[in-house]
Amino acid sequence: MSANTLSVRGLCKNYGGVAAVSGVDFDLAPGEILALIGPNGAGKSTCFNMLNGQFPPSAGSIKMFGEELVGKKPRQIWRMGVGRTFQITATFGSMTVLENVQMALISFHDRLRALWPFAGGLYQEQAFQLLELVGMATQAGRPCSVLAYGDLKRVELAVALANSPKLLLMDEPTAGMAPKERIELMQLTADIVKQRGISVLFTEHDMDVVFTHANRIMVLSRGRVVAEGKPKEVRENPEVQATYLGTGAVYDHSKDTGAA
Amino acid sequence: MSFLFIQFLNGLASASSLFLVASGLSIIFGVSRIVNFAHGSFYMLGAYMAFTLVHKLSGGTIFGFWGGVVLAAAAVAVVGALVEMILLRRIYQAPELLQLLATFGLVLIVQDLVLTIWGPEDLLGPRAPGLRGAIDIFGQSFPQYDFVLIILGPVVLGLLWLLFHRTRWGTLIRAATQDREMVAALGVNQSWLFTSVFTLGAFLAGLGGAVQLPREAVNHVMDLQIITEAFVIVVIGGLGSVLGAFLAAVIIGELNAFGILIFPQLTLVLTFLVMAVILVVRPWGLLGKPEGVVRGGAGAERPIKPLSPTGRNATVALLVALLALPMISGNYGLSVASEVLIYTLFAASLHFMMGTGGMVSFGHAAYFGLGSYGAALTVKYFGVPMLAALVAGPAVAGIAALVFGWFCVRLSGVYLAMLTLAFAQIAYAVVFQWSSFTGGDNGLIGIWPAPWAASPTAFYYLSLLLCGGGIVAVRRITFAPFGYTLRACRDSALRADSIGIDLARHRWYGFTLAGFFAGIAGSLYAFLKGSVFPDTISIATSVDALVMVLLGGVQTLAGPIVGAATYKILHVSISSYTDQWRTALGVIIIVLVVAFPMGIVGFIQNRLLRSGRVEDAA
Repeated sequence: MSANTLSVRGLCKNYGGVAAVSGVDFDLAPGEILALIGPNGAGKSTCFNMLNGQFPPSAGSIKMFGEELVGKKPRQIWRMGVGRTFQITATFGSMTVLENVQMALISFHDRLRALWPFAGGLYQEQAFQLLELVGMATQAGRPCSVLAYGDLKRVELAVALANSPKLLLMDEPTAGMAPKERIELMQLTADIVKQRGISVLFTEHDMDVVFTHANRIMVLSRGRVVAEGKPKEVRENPEVQATYLGTGAVYDHSKDTGAA
Repeated sequence: MSFLFIQFLNGLASASSLFLVASGLSIIFGVSRIVNFAHGSFYMLGAYMAFTLVHKLSGGTIFGFWGGVVLAAAAVAVVGALVEMILLRRIYQAPELLQLLATFGLVLIVQDLVLTIWGPEDLLGPRAPGLRGAIDIFGQSFPQYDFVLIILGPVVLGLLWLLFHRTRWGTLIRAATQDREMVAALGVNQSWLFTSVFTLGAFLAGLGGAVQLPREAVNHVMDLQIITEAFVIVVIGGLGSVLGAFLAAVIIGELNAFGILIFPQLTLVLTFLVMAVILVVRPWGLLGKPEGVVRGGAGAERPIKPLSPTGRNATVALLVALLALPMISGNYGLSVASEVLIYTLFAASLHFMMGTGGMVSFGHAAYFGLGSYGAALTVKYFGVPMLAALVAGPAVAGIAALVFGWFCVRLSGVYLAMLTLAFAQIAYAVVFQWSSFTGGDNGLIGIWPAPWAASPTAFYYLSLLLCGGGIVAVRRITFAPFGYTLRACRDSALRADSIGIDLARHRWYGFTLAGFFAGIAGSLYAFLKGSVFPDTISIATSVDALVMVLLGGVQTLAGPIVGAATYKILHVSISSYTDQWRTALGVIIIVLVVAFPMGIVGFIQNRLLRSGRVEDAA
């Protein structure tokens, strides 16, 4: 058994001949907020999709509290206590905000196949509490199909919290949001996870968000970890500066830095 | 050995005609995303027109014959172009299913048209001049004409390849197949592109029909026969892939040719089994790709809500009226009412599958029909009382849905729909061809209700109890966690998976449940009619159910109920006024699709929303 929420060793993913992720190692302690940053195409989303079981890794191991996640399906990983939000939100458009959270609670309580009770009456209170937590209680009755994007992100957060997760995976949690909303949402997330002792792994392009909220930062470039440490250390790391400013220390001069 | 070789050649010859039809269907789907049910009608029109034109033109000359064939195909192409410009252009934005339904409306109209112009008898065409003889191959004779067909297939394939890869038009078509919005954004006039594609597809179908003239009698049921085979071929080959269609046509052609030697009774089953296997192994067909980018699409459904007080009062009023019906209605009226009730449950079960579950079925009749047969066969062979048969029927239907569903839920969209159709056709073929057990075409008769339910009034109440109960149960399940789970899978597979829902498993259960409820309707239907015929499993019955659901509105819970009642009552009243109920029905369907794409209930809801009477959640 390991005390770490996550412990990733030698994680690799190849697409044909391209190594999208190669040899990524890291640990995530309980209650820690770890940011995964890097330019487009660095392998962040690929890492994420392997962590939550969407793609099988080509090699390596992902252990959560000592239990291997590789080979498990997303739904099994969820049942082990991993909540997830997506880069482009995924919610149930024909359901209300409240019902979206209720759906996750119904699944958590393993009542997906119940034929008799009214789903709308199940776990209403718990769902409301989660919505209050993310500041969406006033919109509980609106369908998700008509929500503003920032609000959808909040709904996703509430849904992700429904299974009392030990780990939250957030893929660009503030993408597509206005600056003010970004700060609010990340502050909210940080408060919630601190309160509940949840570990968070997130990717993000907004450096304000990253440097304000991450306990630790890991920089990926072309599939490899090029730097890791406290925000201050990472900020001063010359290789990271090269990665972001494009001095040519990392990129081949023949390659286009804009490639995704 | 030589005999087998001849069979092989026979297979190739029939593959050519199949390929012509299927390639047209595939090209049309690739570009316009319309599944053209009327493609079989174009084929049939091609054959009939060729029959007339060849007679008019030829004094038995080669030019007369081939001129007639090509003119017939061209005439069908003109019909296709008109259909595209007058009808399809109006509905490209409509949901896929409604487009399908509109083309089915065309099928009905063309059927009546053909009956009116050419009459119900099979017509025997002339043999092709200059190709009347046979060639001797290893001591067996093989018709010369069939050789021409064998060559025709690859020649058309080659021409299509040149057209698509060596002309500007072809490049545009290939681009539109991949991403039509992008093509439009580049300044290409889509309207004419679509019209030209549809015209080409219709031409190919017409040609396919016309060249069959010397080989088989022209008849008015060839449209649905060929469309089923063409669907199978297109799906096996991969939607939108012409080469795939060719490969699949050869496979099916050969399968038919050799299947008839090995399992003469089960050729249809063999075809569909091959399709089922291929789809499970390669969900997008042999050379198909996952469905391309579809932007926009239909807006999301509104959240479902339990009945408002007004709705509840209306329901109670309806129930009271239904209970009181025997006091005012005669026996005929009661038996019509029982039938309406039965179809309403049938439609509600389909709605559960396609509306709530998001799994569109083209073969829902399978479960209705197997429910009927399940009930009838247990009465026939075990002499069980009616109530036991009413349990056995739905059980049979439920088990069939369990087996078929396991395969179907692995696919989605049009492919899923095609596989459901395939299984329904397998069930149909088994029932039709296994006549020693099922009575085949003659059906099973003498399936009368038990004495206590024999009077029309008693049977009506029984139907009201079972169908009403079934509808309430379906509705209840929709509001229960399981119904929500199905909607979750439909709304966002990604999200459902990431909150611990096993999609395939829950969709499978939903599929089975829908089949079971259709089985209840089917069993009752057997006792209502006192007999069962293979018709109950036919495509026509599946389409009836689809029309009912879409007529009412697939996005509403009351839709199937209103739709089924409207449809059945229309059907009964139209057929009592005119013999041409098909045309009338076809016109009604098309008008509905063009004017009320949301269905009757959807239309009413929208009006209420606009006038502010239903509170918009926004």
